[in-house]
Amino acid sequence: MSAHAETERRAGQDPATGQRSGVLRRLPVWGLRLILLLAAAWVLFFARDTPAGPAIVDPGRFAVTVLDGLTFAGLLFVVASGFTLIFGLMRTVNMAHGSLFLLSGYIAIRLQQTMVGRSRNIAPTDVTVLDWIVPLLVGAAVAAVFGVVMQQVFLRWNQGQELRQALITLAISIVLADQMLREFGGLAVTMVWPGDVTHFLTILGQRYATSRLFMLGVALVVGALLWLWLSRTRMGMVIRAGVDDEEMVRALGINVTLVFAVTFFVGSFLAGMGGVMGASFAGAATGSDGSWLLNSLIVVIIGGLGSIKGAVAGSVLYGMVIAFSPSYLPSRYTFYSIIFTFVLLALVLAARPYGLFGRPA
Amino acid sequence: MSRRLAPGGTVAFVGLLVLLLALPAVSSSYFVDFVMTRTMMLGLAAATIVFLAKYGGMISLAQLLFFGIAGFMYGNAALESGARGLNLGWDPWVAVVFALGVATAVALLLGAIASRTTGIYFLMLTLVYGVIGFFFFAQVITISGPGGVTSIAPPDLFSEPVRLYYAGVVLSALAYAGFRAIGGTPFGLALQGIRDDPVRMASLGFNVPLHRTLAFTAAAFVAAVAGLLNVWWNGQIDPASVSIGPTLVLLIIAVIGGISYFEGAWLGAFVYLLANNYMRQLPLVDRIGIREDRFNTVIGVLVLVIMVLSPEGLAGIAAKAGGSLRRTGRRSPSGPSAAAGTAGERTEQPDREPARTTGTGEPSPATPTTKGTVE
Repeated sequence: MSAHAETERRAGQDPATGQRSGVLRRLPVWGLRLILLLAAAWVLFFARDTPAGPAIVDPGRFAVTVLDGLTFAGLLFVVASGFTLIFGLMRTVNMAHGSLFLLSGYIAIRLQQTMVGRSRNIAPTDVTVLDWIVPLLVGAAVAAVFGVVMQQVFLRWNQGQELRQALITLAISIVLADQMLREFGGLAVTMVWPGDVTHFLTILGQRYATSRLFMLGVALVVGALLWLWLSRTRMGMVIRAGVDDEEMVRALGINVTLVFAVTFFVGSFLAGMGGVMGASFAGAATGSDGSWLLNSLIVVIIGGLGSIKGAVAGSVLYGMVIAFSPSYLPSRYTFYSIIFTFVLLALVLAARPYGLFGRPA
Repeated sequence: MSRRLAPGGTVAFVGLLVLLLALPAVSSSYFVDFVMTRTMMLGLAAATIVFLAKYGGMISLAQLLFFGIAGFMYGNAALESGARGLNLGWDPWVAVVFALGVATAVALLLGAIASRTTGIYFLMLTLVYGVIGFFFFAQVITISGPGGVTSIAPPDLFSEPVRLYYAGVVLSALAYAGFRAIGGTPFGLALQGIRDDPVRMASLGFNVPLHRTLAFTAAAFVAAVAGLLNVWWNGQIDPASVSIGPTLVLLIIAVIGGISYFEGAWLGAFVYLLANNYMRQLPLVDRIGIREDRFNTVIGVLVLVIMVLSPEGLAGIAAKAGGSLRRTGRRSPSGPSAAAGTAGERTEQPDREPARTTGTGEPSPATPTTKGTVE
């Protein structure tokens, strides 16, 4: 299988690759560097008439934009790492990942409202840290259990049929989206950050909300735990081994079925955690599921499917593009910022068709 | 040359065509306008998904984007004045050429980027294309903005709705015959070879990414034609009509019909639109809690059932039933080759016949890798 995949990768490239000169092959990489250099120069010196202004003139705005990018990258990482974990081990592209995200967000909001005892006009000062953490864990746990049930009922018996699995999860996501619309309505609702983390600090003359930094902190904790789990525990070892050679792991007498279920649990749990964080950060509404499926897809396509390292790199790159492109485009053209997401994708794929840290499937 | 339809198939095809052309005379105008015309448009667009999946092993979710691009470009170019858009005020037929040209050029670029990925990567990447396209039209207010472009008039030729129906039938028939004919050309055979074994095709000197890019571009052109019909029928186009929901609907149409059967595209569109238009009129539907606004749940469950029970869709079920009747005779026009193309995974189903690369009748000099490549 892997030998076949290897040849497949070579074939996927230009068949003339063998004869292509080194210069030509390096062309995308050099182009990438040149573009990065130009972008940096633009942001630093030339970005007049933009909402933010050149970084040397207004370092505060620059710092805030970097922080925006990093904090959003934290949220992206939590969601996308679950997606990529599942794919890396099982080759299952879970198109319902965004639905789990939204489901968990909705449930956490309901629970928070019950815990606070009010359903509207909740001020952050009313919310203790517990009123945020408990809904977070409950929402994520519901998403995780849902994910495992889905995997056991619909995905376990057709392991390896990637496209069929993708379409099955797609169908589930459509049903889930419709049922969530019925249950939670079409209006956007918001989870409230705990009062202890909603302050403002001043960074180089700019006010900055600490809740965003709190979000980044949660993401870092999640990332650290994930890394410890994957690199220091037996289960994590088995998962990493399974990513490389599932058949060998099976042959060694390890219960791969159980490992799969655990991985799906963790992956869906991460989607659910991201959902609660996202609901606190930007609210939960119909359509969040689709846009967060998109976000996860972009992160893992950039970073490489199945690689946690890739999820970090993809999150940071994508988060930066999301933060910088509206701030450093000339004010008249701000609405073209979405194009830069596409440019990022195109540049990375031109240089590395399977993402920065990806290996061919 | 190319494979011919089996004699029975040709008769059925011509018979169906005559029936469809005669339909407006006997059926209600609501049915023709709201079900059949849209069946032709959506079927045409879904057929491009089938084309890429069947011959190229690529499942594309970007086809609705090209459908939408053509509509937006036509609206921008043809309108003389309006609240939104560029209002270029060109002649409608110039606008048609412009719209098709832009959609095809965009497809060439996107196809080139996607041409080195396959399988599940291709699916995800094209989904990303589609959603980025949605955000592009929703955010760029000079071209569309969230409200879209409204009061778009078709060329005078299509001033009567029924003419749009005829155009849909004719274009669908052309696309159906054309797509099948491509399967037998050297290009189509090479494409199918690439689907089955890109390594071998590359080592034989075929330019694998180029073939994939060209196939993607051709499919996008046809999807853009369908998009023009759609914008003429609708009179307006907004970003919501190319958002992730409708994008999935188009794939669902192809899946319901059977993603490796060209017939399935139109069959799927017909079933989808029938359900969309008439489901609420069924007796008992209200009673069991399925209302019109829960339509998506019904469609989702339907797709789930199809994917669980028979990934070949309705056309696949029909072909299986038909195939067992005339097992003794010729092979059915699109049986096994289609199955092999479904997912680009040749051996996923035990009940399948071993992958035969093309299913063409005559071996041709351009098919170096035809025999089943079962390792």
